[in-house]
Amino acid sequence: MTGRLLNRAIVWLYFLSFFAFLLGPLLVMGVSAFNTSTYPRVWPIEGVTLHWFEALASDGPLLEGLRTSVVIGFFVVVLSVPLGLAGAVVMTQLFRSARSFYYFVAVAPVLTPGIIIGIATVVFWRDFSGFAHLRGTLYNGTVLTVLAQSSFISSYCMLIIMARLQRFDLDQEEAALDLGASYSQVFRHVLLPFLRPALLSSAVLAFLTSFENYNATTFAILADKTMTTVLAARVRTGTSPTISALATVIVCLTILATLLFEWVKRRDDRRRNARLSAARAEEAAELATP
Amino acid sequence: MSNIEVTFVSTALLLTAFLLTVRFDRRPGEKRLGFFRRNGLVVGLYLILCVAFWCIVTFVMPMVYMVDLSFHPKLPPSMAGGPEDVFTLVNYRMLLFGSPTSTDEWNWLHLRSFFGTIGISIALTFFNFAVSYPIAYYMAQSASVSRLRVIVLLLIIPYWVNDILRAFAFRILLSYSGFMNSLLIWLGITDTPVDFIGANVALYLALVYSNLLIMIFPLYNAIEAQDHNQIEAARDLGASWWHIHLFVVMPHAKPGIASGMTLSFMLMAGAIATPLVLAGPHSLWFTPIIYDRFYQLFDWPQGAAYAIALLLACILFVLGVMKITGLKLGEITK
Repeated sequence: MTGRLLNRAIVWLYFLSFFAFLLGPLLVMGVSAFNTSTYPRVWPIEGVTLHWFEALASDGPLLEGLRTSVVIGFFVVVLSVPLGLAGAVVMTQLFRSARSFYYFVAVAPVLTPGIIIGIATVVFWRDFSGFAHLRGTLYNGTVLTVLAQSSFISSYCMLIIMARLQRFDLDQEEAALDLGASYSQVFRHVLLPFLRPALLSSAVLAFLTSFENYNATTFAILADKTMTTVLAARVRTGTSPTISALATVIVCLTILATLLFEWVKRRDDRRRNARLSAARAEEAAELATP
Repeated sequence: MSNIEVTFVSTALLLTAFLLTVRFDRRPGEKRLGFFRRNGLVVGLYLILCVAFWCIVTFVMPMVYMVDLSFHPKLPPSMAGGPEDVFTLVNYRMLLFGSPTSTDEWNWLHLRSFFGTIGISIALTFFNFAVSYPIAYYMAQSASVSRLRVIVLLLIIPYWVNDILRAFAFRILLSYSGFMNSLLIWLGITDTPVDFIGANVALYLALVYSNLLIMIFPLYNAIEAQDHNQIEAARDLGASWWHIHLFVVMPHAKPGIASGMTLSFMLMAGAIATPLVLAGPHSLWFTPIIYDRFYQLFDWPQGAAYAIALLLACILFVLGVMKITGLKLGEITK
């Protein structure tokens, strides 16, 4: 019996330390955002203030970086969701060794460290943009960052869309073809609606991944600045509670977004269940009438 | 040949190889619709153009170009393609033996950092696995639905805070006058503050912290797919708990373990934000060295050579994982 108690104690200890490890650093940072001390610290609490949040709201370079990050994130979504979709559809039409070949190239960006993708993009476009006589338009930080991030974010999108595509019932396609639809109509009216949830979630993931990316961005961004590169420069040279304030805002937004997502999902589940049981009741009623 | 030409030629070769595999795959007597017949002209064009742009222009060509660049000397743009723009191994020589003027036998400064980064990343990956496995198992096999939702939420929050801010949080927590030191002194465990950052403890903890979710999710997916009855059966047959994990759960979860380990290793060895913020004076993570080649020395060919060394290490690791576990690439990157 004591063995069992000991087991439980060890399990609880593990859970406690795991979540302390997981949330401790964020809590400490959150508290330091409200402390008056000009050096971000938790203890001693010199006084509670919202000053650091005000400073954050009027922080020019940071807001400028935030704007660039959003622009980059937008274009990454616009680029990588269609690319990932095309990648996933082509994957279903290749077989045997051609498929392994293609699969290797398509997931290689995920297994390549971000900094290497950033480096390759910069060195390539430096010369290639000159070669294509587009140096003025192409060779700038924002464009390069979008290209560098898209190469691996498209792979993520492809993997998400492929997972859904595996559950696609080919009978649906055949039914549409039998009813006289052309292949491109099947793509547009059968496949795309089926893939909609995967497209949406890959778009959200693409934006968030782009927004928080630093590894590829730091090489590809050149003279421009995104929020992460501004933050990195700031954190390297010194620390300020403004950064804690920013992190606190991000954490709160994450929690809100996750809760919202959860709420929408539950509502959808409820609706689907309601629809299912209504359909079942109808069926039962039909069966009951002779 | 100039770099651009080399890039075009090798990309064309790769593309030809791909088309040839498609051709050779075709079995005699097999009827298959042509690509454009199958998709229609518009959709077919969209698919081909997008995949070509993505795979070739944003990935293959930059990679080939970087490899090519690493075999060239550093030259001002005006001399590129000139008589002095020859193929050379000088950039790789630099990593192994140091600059041509150095008298040391090996370039220990960079080599130590390179192998140190690889070795520590492997060790941290195993540590990460040890920390993540119990929680993944709990989530997959014992947690109730509502509790699972809460845990997932708690796991996701730190993940969407970017790398820089996570490293910053660890700096507040573990710096010389930070919270952990005040706590330790208050508890009377130590009298003098511990230099966590100087000892690189902060760096290692933050690296593990950043990759928890990367490890937990593949593990969770793999363990969740296992029938709980198998575990019950093993227990009824008298297997001890470590026996169950080692011989029942882990073999089943092999793809998840391989996938989590690969991603975690790659992200740790290639991490740059965390080492930039948290590295102590005695730490020489390899990625900041690469960064310095680019934006301190402006020696891009050398930086490319160093980046390729890191890439090779990652490829070797992936191949090693595939060899040990006997899995295919598709099973690892699921």
